[in-house]
Amino acid sequence: MIDELLIPLLKIVIVLNATLVAVTYMVLLERKVIAWAQSRLGPMRVGPYGVLQPIADAIKLMIKEDITPVRADRWVFTAAPIISMVPALIVYAVIPFGPTIHLFGRSVSLYITDINVGLLYIVSVASVGVYGIILAGYASNSKYPLLASLRASAQLISYEVAVTLTLVSVILMAGSLSMVEIVNAQYNQHVWFVFAQPMAFVIVLIGGLAETNRAPFDLPEAEQELTGGFHTEYSGMRFALFFLAEYANMIVVSSVVVTLFFAGWLPPFPNTPALHVLYYVPSWAWFLIKSFVFLYLFIWIRATLPRYRYDQLMNIGWKVLIPLAIVNLVITGIVKVALI
Amino acid sequence: MAQAIAFYVIAACILGFGVLVISTKDTVHSVLFLVLDFLFVAALYVLLGAQFLAAIQVLVYAGGIVVLYLFVVMLVNLKRPPEAHSDPHRRTKLGFGLAAAVLVELGAIAAYGYARPATAFAMPAAAAMPVSGNTEQVGWLLYTSYLIPFEIASMLLLVAMIGAIVLAKREL
Amino acid sequence: METSAVHHGSMFDTNELVLNMGPQHPSTHGVLRVVLRLDGEKVVDCDVVIGYLHRGIEKLSENRNWTQIVLLTDRMDYVAAATSNVGYCETVEKLMQLEVPRRARYIRTILMELQRIASHCLWVGTHAMDIGAMTVFLYAFRERELILDLFEEFCGARLTYNSMRIGGLPQDIPPGWAKKVLEFCDIMSHKIDEYEELLTHNRIWLERTKGIGVISGADAIGLGLCGPALRGSGVARDVRKDEPYAAYDEMEFDVPVGTAGDTYDRYLVRMEEFRQSLRIIRQATEGIPEGPIVGKVPRLIKPAAGETYHPIESPKGELGYFIVSDGKSTNPYRFRVRPPSFCNLQGLRRLVKGHLVADVVALIGSIDIVLGEVDR
Repeated sequence: MIDELLIPLLKIVIVLNATLVAVTYMVLLERKVIAWAQSRLGPMRVGPYGVLQPIADAIKLMIKEDITPVRADRWVFTAAPIISMVPALIVYAVIPFGPTIHLFGRSVSLYITDINVGLLYIVSVASVGVYGIILAGYASNSKYPLLASLRASAQLISYEVAVTLTLVSVILMAGSLSMVEIVNAQYNQHVWFVFAQPMAFVIVLIGGLAETNRAPFDLPEAEQELTGGFHTEYSGMRFALFFLAEYANMIVVSSVVVTLFFAGWLPPFPNTPALHVLYYVPSWAWFLIKSFVFLYLFIWIRATLPRYRYDQLMNIGWKVLIPLAIVNLVITGIVKVALI
Repeated sequence: MAQAIAFYVIAACILGFGVLVISTKDTVHSVLFLVLDFLFVAALYVLLGAQFLAAIQVLVYAGGIVVLYLFVVMLVNLKRPPEAHSDPHRRTKLGFGLAAAVLVELGAIAAYGYARPATAFAMPAAAAMPVSGNTEQVGWLLYTSYLIPFEIASMLLLVAMIGAIVLAKREL
Repeated sequence: METSAVHHGSMFDTNELVLNMGPQHPSTHGVLRVVLRLDGEKVVDCDVVIGYLHRGIEKLSENRNWTQIVLLTDRMDYVAAATSNVGYCETVEKLMQLEVPRRARYIRTILMELQRIASHCLWVGTHAMDIGAMTVFLYAFRERELILDLFEEFCGARLTYNSMRIGGLPQDIPPGWAKKVLEFCDIMSHKIDEYEELLTHNRIWLERTKGIGVISGADAIGLGLCGPALRGSGVARDVRKDEPYAAYDEMEFDVPVGTAGDTYDRYLVRMEEFRQSLRIIRQATEGIPEGPIVGKVPRLIKPAAGETYHPIESPKGELGYFIVSDGKSTNPYRFRVRPPSFCNLQGLRRLVKGHLVADVVALIGSIDIVLGEVDR
């Protein structure tokens, strides 16, 4: 009873809370990192060094007036931000923060669950997240936000194809769709998959940037200056939900990249006996450190690079990344068969 | 027991949303109910132990095909004001007649199958497949027993894609 | 083109969409209104609507005496105010045939070149930010602050300087200022390398600017473009070289000229102008002669009847003043400015044809306009 119900429930509570706090503090992290890149300081007033800024932001957004456009579809208008946020959160059910460890006399696995189609679950849930964007533009009952949302979702879908094709080569390397199995495969094969599949890593990184609408692929967001982005009509907490969903997606992409290519919870050189001292750092700490590196990378990229125009963006997705993903898959398949 | 409850609940939801798909006046709502339908069908697949199929159902149907439906519906919706969506020319009687015909046909097939169980197309025994695990079994079958239909299906999809591009582009 | 209502054509036919940008808009660098006619994503035509910042400077000048007009010239190109000041003062000096002492001419040159760097800093910051590279904006403004500090030391103001007088300067440079200018030059050359590192060979920057807004040299001359917009298309016209004024005849510098006439070349021209300005500033600062800072100017400035036109090279292009004096009153009879931004803006219509909506913003930044100058 306890093992089947209470412990997973506890894990869910911990992971959800941690995620929501992390997502809120991502806002602060982004502002600070971009500020430091631009020789500024970022938020400094609220709390020491601006640490309480996200709380101030949250309070401000919650007490804002809730405006719904007059002729908008009420149900869809309210549902869209939720549809954006929920997939980003439920992906955490399969992300492994660590292996099975002994805690308080029982063996506890540091992941909520491990299903045998874990990676496929992540991809399919991410594809449902597209609906949030489409419906947001539709519910605004105006032509320009609708067109902007259709473009944003077209961008998402295109890069999803490239990323999914690439993930197949990772699956080929690991021999399983289960996330825990993939990490174990990296341990058994004595190599982080980023070294075995560098092209796949690059494609997933670029695709991840595009899927989360981050710079340099954030024209659908930035174009709100011109034609109105898909969230023009949203204000207050609903608007906040969209952006929290974006940050949550970013954290998901970081976690997935870390698990797939950087051996999740394993320390560097996990098989070298000489470096076994690294195992003293808890596994989930390694996972968090590595995820944090990628989050920092995403923010750094945003601070540095200009943004692509929409047609250039779609060009890259369809004419560059998908052929590369297919080539990568073919090469991986050939090498794997040749090595057996 | 719990499985039976789960099945009946999910089935009720599927049927309920299915009815809502055809009865709701707003086209976009209709498509959204279809998405919910597909998600519940995926839940049904999980109940049957076909997790791979469930994930593919969500990925391809709910996350791909219906998105395309939604695109088209939204772009077409822009042409007409929302008031024009209830169709005055609905042929309700003809619809009921056709539904009755399909029901009779399904019933006949079920009765025939019950009377003469088909043994010719028995599933290859699980032991005959050298792999275990949901995804692996589906893959094994697809690439051995059902290879030709698989290839034909992919050719069909390729042709459809090329056809769509040729039709939609203004200059090539 | 009258302001037509937005034409809600159906989605599938090829009616044109009319899209309005501005006058309140983060990317139009001021109160500029651009009405675009789109065919799908491509811009078919554009109509530029100006006048939102018109303050009647030219008419106001007719009711001010000659010394007071210097203040008004600040407010035209407010990004490079000292240049406008010098242009006006030199035009009146030309009309009155006054001799400006050499020291004053050198200091004017230094100030004008500092303004060129400040204006180009603002240009590179906003242009990069429009295309998405936000960090360059902050870096460029950091350097602009250094220049504004120098100006504040000299004349007490950061934006609208009123820093020139007819016949020379209002005051001499403070002690130690020349040394600070040289220090600034050293800092600035490293910073220019920083901007170039972020942009010049960046693949995304190249894709967003190469081949965008191409205009040939002949077309540019025909449209009346000037400044870096003209030089980017291969026409080597720079008033500092062709009709030297202030101390430019004694300075050694090159005028960068582009080849392709696209946004990238205009960008490269301006980046090179940064370095050439530093070169001029160093020469001028190291070689400042001693002497008076104001020439022999009559107490009451009353030029004889006549008219004159005098162009200078402002950071935006050829800034010209045409002044008519009737010889009797203490105010000019007619004060006319040839603003480079106004003339360059006319080229926008030709430049955006056939480009996508996202390029329009890049092109407005590439022409580098200041609405204060366009509208006066």
